[in-house]
Amino acid sequence: MAKKHPTASATSTPTSAKSEAELPVPKKAAKPAQQVTAVEMGARQREISVAEFFTKNRHLLGFDNPRKALLTCVKEAVDNALDACEEAGILPDVIVKLEVVSNGEPIAPSQATRFRVTVTDNGPGIVRQQIPRIFAKLLYGSKFHRMRMSRGQQGIGISAAGMYGQLTTGKPVQIISRIGPKAVAHFFEVQIDTKKNEPLVHENKQIDWARPRGTQVTLEVEGKYQKGRASVDEWLEQTSIANPHVKLTYHTPEGETKDYPRTYHELPPSPREIKPHPYGIEFGMFLKMLQDTKSHSISGFLASDFCRVSPQLADEICKAAKVPAHSKPRELKGPAAETFYRTIQETKIMAPPTNCISPIGEKAILSGLYKQIKGEFYTAVSRPPAVYRGNPFIIEAGLAYGHRPEDQNKTKQPTAPKAEGEHEEDDSELARVIRYANRVPLLYQQSACSTFKSVLNTTWKNYGVPQSRGALPGGPMVIFVHMASVWVPFTSESKEAIADYDEIQKEITLALRECGRRLGLFLRRRERAASEYRRRNIFELYIEEVVEACNRLKGGKLPKEKLKGQLQKIANSRTGGAKTDEALGKTGAGPEGLPHSIIVTEEGVEGEVDLASQVESEAVAAPVQTPVEANPLRDEKPVATETKAQGKTPTGMKGKDAKPPKGKAAQMALFSGSDRLDRPDRPNRPDRRDRPVSASKPRGKK
Amino acid sequence: MATKQHKTTSVEKKLIGLADMVVTAAERSKDPTFAIPIRALSNVSFNERKGLIEMGAKKQTRSFFNVGMAKKFMQTMLVADALAELQRAELTTSLREIYYRTKHTIQDSHENTFDTQDESDPVIEDLEVSLAALREELHVRAENSGSIVGPVVFGDDGDRVDCSKLGKGGYSVPSIVEPEYLEIRRCTADFVLLVEKGTQWNRLSEDKFWRRYNCVLLTGNGQPPRGVRRLARRLHEEYRLPVYVLVDNDPWGYYIYSVVKQGSINLAFESQRMAIPKAKFIGLSSADPERYGLPRNVGIKLNEKDIARAKELMNYQWFKKPVWQAEIKRMLTSGLKYELDSLANKDFQYLTKKYLPGKLKDKDWLD
Ligand SMILES: Nc1ncnc2c1ncn2[C@@H]1O[C@H](COP(=O)(O)OP(=O)(O)OP(=O)(O)O)[C@@H](O)[C@H]1O
Ligand SMILES: [Mg+2]
Repeated sequence: MAKKHPTASATSTPTSAKSEAELPVPKKAAKPAQQVTAVEMGARQREISVAEFFTKNRHLLGFDNPRKALLTCVKEAVDNALDACEEAGILPDVIVKLEVVSNGEPIAPSQATRFRVTVTDNGPGIVRQQIPRIFAKLLYGSKFHRMRMSRGQQGIGISAAGMYGQLTTGKPVQIISRIGPKAVAHFFEVQIDTKKNEPLVHENKQIDWARPRGTQVTLEVEGKYQKGRASVDEWLEQTSIANPHVKLTYHTPEGETKDYPRTYHELPPSPREIKPHPYGIEFGMFLKMLQDTKSHSISGFLASDFCRVSPQLADEICKAAKVPAHSKPRELKGPAAETFYRTIQETKIMAPPTNCISPIGEKAILSGLYKQIKGEFYTAVSRPPAVYRGNPFIIEAGLAYGHRPEDQNKTKQPTAPKAEGEHEEDDSELARVIRYANRVPLLYQQSACSTFKSVLNTTWKNYGVPQSRGALPGGPMVIFVHMASVWVPFTSESKEAIADYDEIQKEITLALRECGRRLGLFLRRRERAASEYRRRNIFELYIEEVVEACNRLKGGKLPKEKLKGQLQKIANSRTGGAKTDEALGKTGAGPEGLPHSIIVTEEGVEGEVDLASQVESEAVAAPVQTPVEANPLRDEKPVATETKAQGKTPTGMKGKDAKPPKGKAAQMALFSGSDRLDRPDRPNRPDRRDRPVSASKPRGKK
Repeated sequence: MATKQHKTTSVEKKLIGLADMVVTAAERSKDPTFAIPIRALSNVSFNERKGLIEMGAKKQTRSFFNVGMAKKFMQTMLVADALAELQRAELTTSLREIYYRTKHTIQDSHENTFDTQDESDPVIEDLEVSLAALREELHVRAENSGSIVGPVVFGDDGDRVDCSKLGKGGYSVPSIVEPEYLEIRRCTADFVLLVEKGTQWNRLSEDKFWRRYNCVLLTGNGQPPRGVRRLARRLHEEYRLPVYVLVDNDPWGYYIYSVVKQGSINLAFESQRMAIPKAKFIGLSSADPERYGLPRNVGIKLNEKDIARAKELMNYQWFKKPVWQAEIKRMLTSGLKYELDSLANKDFQYLTKKYLPGKLKDKDWLD
């Protein structure tokens, strides 16, 4: 304001005006020393470099603390690598390496404060002259100026990470890039001139690089490495779940190598670029578009710069807004522009095309969940496209339910008999929600996120899953939610939580409900199968006894095995037969009675998604194991002998009704418990021979 | 195990039939099932013509492939096997031994075939009724808890037992008195006196009442066990001896009498061989205190249970005769019950010398 009215300083401040009215004071009242004139202020007023702005507000971009900063650096580099590969139609192959930087003494990764982050991709590479600006100029990128679904949007990401490194360690960003086997590889060291937001090239040379194509970025940054929630490790793992088409190799600061193999062999369909929809444009943005357009007429502007506006519709809008169709866009200003904008918003315009969104897809989600989360049940739902504020989007949800192998091992340990009121520990386990926006995992601000709120608002009890009021559902469950859109509405610049638009919430809820419904089917079916199985166990347990007794009665002349076989067949057919086996995963190589994988798809309960076709067979980096025909995707194969070993373990299975019996001992325990319940109340015991009626009178009176 | 001369008994055949039933069902892919007559008041009826409680036709089935019955079915087979073993070995045994014989831990499990005897006893009863075999025929005995004295001679395992030469202790009635086990060689008595209580039986035996009145004195020390009842029945049947029942004057005494006379609800299926429809109730009757001048102060106040029980008895079909309704009502009106022992109030030998002689002379009994 002051800038526009430099003369304002001549008038008194509102405070002095007030005192003037109430108290007669000398005209030349002394001005407070700190007061500055507009002229003086004007002298100080100048452009703020985005780089300078960032330096002071680095929390806005995810560099608030050393731990998060380390993650953000990895994330920005990996996002770029994936975006570039996908746009170029290359199946991404990304290597992430974290190294501790120390001056001399080796430091434990958990104690270190400096790290070198190197991300290498097999993408298209970057042409030599663009490299400095991409990595050392904020707001420089290829993705901002278009409406296309991608991980990156603003053109800040990687240069901000580079600047963070520069600020905290003083080290430049190192880049190697090569655009093809015939081209040479370029090596760069760049820094950013924070005042000018311009790149400073420290080093630029051609080098020999083993890779035929791709880009490698190395950043040296201050950071903190700590595993667990919201860690680099978690982020990469979740990235791998939502991007099963990516082969990811992670060299941890501890010197380990984690491989996330590619399990889905197709690139996601390339998202199409669309023009903005009139409903999705803010007034300010609209004004800017009026200035920037290449069209010479208002109607041409509408028809060419927006989607879903035909020339006829453009003319209609002009007519309705009483603006000549041929008038120049740049001349539409002030209240007229506002009226025009409102008229557009009131006009009925077809929803934007939705084929520009590239969802992950149900099969790929299943594949990703199956690869990273060891459960017993998986499902995924991709909703049809929908629109919020003119932006098309797609919601996808997935569910993995059951126990991870390590947890299963835990329950296999002999446990002490439980006293009344004691429960298995994992009874209190809550579901985990993993959230994604355009395939990028969101690790922060969970409770502010629309996806998380929708999970809480879903009535999981309807699907046989426990849930306390206002809490996450209970049980060994991972809930996956993905929003894909040309523009994901984040609650803040740090891109951590998705905003609550009704349309978005509604779609998430619908997707979650469908997942829940399928889970409910599975749980019910499995519970039924488990109880059938329990029944069969009772029979099987007694068949031996009955056959032996019959054989003795028949003077030992009975073909025992034949009778046993016949009885077992009856038992089998009376307890659901093969269906029960299948539902409990008994047909697979898993431990006895342990269902390990049933996938419920849209096709129905029974349908098991044939993931095998998409599996890169060599990618399943599992040691040579038992024939894999039963379950080609399962990495871990419980060894059959484990089941045997626990045969002697008495386990109390009470209170674990949702879980099927594991191993014979547990089955027995379960059975012996339930038998007592199942047995009909014994009719009043027939009186003993020697006491005909209720023994109301003692036998021997004296 | 079978001895050379062992011939398969009919009971054994019935037991083996159970195995055949399982085999046949298995062959036809059917659920092995057998029927057990229901042992409850709802499934008995009083045959007035025969004077017996008879078991009705209601049956329950027991099948193997039913979660609720599978264990019982398995247990039944185990017990059947043990019973067949007894047959082959020609041994008798007790309920408790059957329990121990059939108890073991099922292979590969922590479960026992039987946890307590309470599980095996009913299974034996089930087999008795469903195979229509008597406990004795199954070679399962109860404790010996009866005594007999009087002019009767038995052959027991080849030993001659003259019950008139056994002093005041008499012969202990075995629990199995079927002719194969106990032979009645001779009996010259005129009637059988079945006494509820051992104490009164002792009194009568000591006073040689049996010699004076030429009778057989039997007691079961309370509710007469099967052996005692069966022996009374045999004497009644084979030697045409009338049977008189002497019990306390209380609802329990009436009940004991009714069991001797027409059988019990539980073992209704055995009434045919156990009940003595012509047995008479000789005392104590609720009319006796007045008639024999027993003072009120030797009576005992009926408690709530007694009253309820008496009312229940009045509803049984076999107590519907007017004399019985009057008998029970009289007790309820007086509100008192009397023990046989209370006769000692008048004289130690009142029972022997006055009460019973008078009763017999006057034919003062109830039917
Ligand atoms: N590994 C890479 N391979 C090829 N091109 C890349 C690579 N990394 C970055 N780029 C190019 O550099 C541009 C700038 O990247 P930057 O991360 O700064 O911004 P962005 O990805 O467009 O948006 P955001 O700020 O949301 O990340 C990208 O738009 C892309 O065109
Ligand atoms: Mg980026």
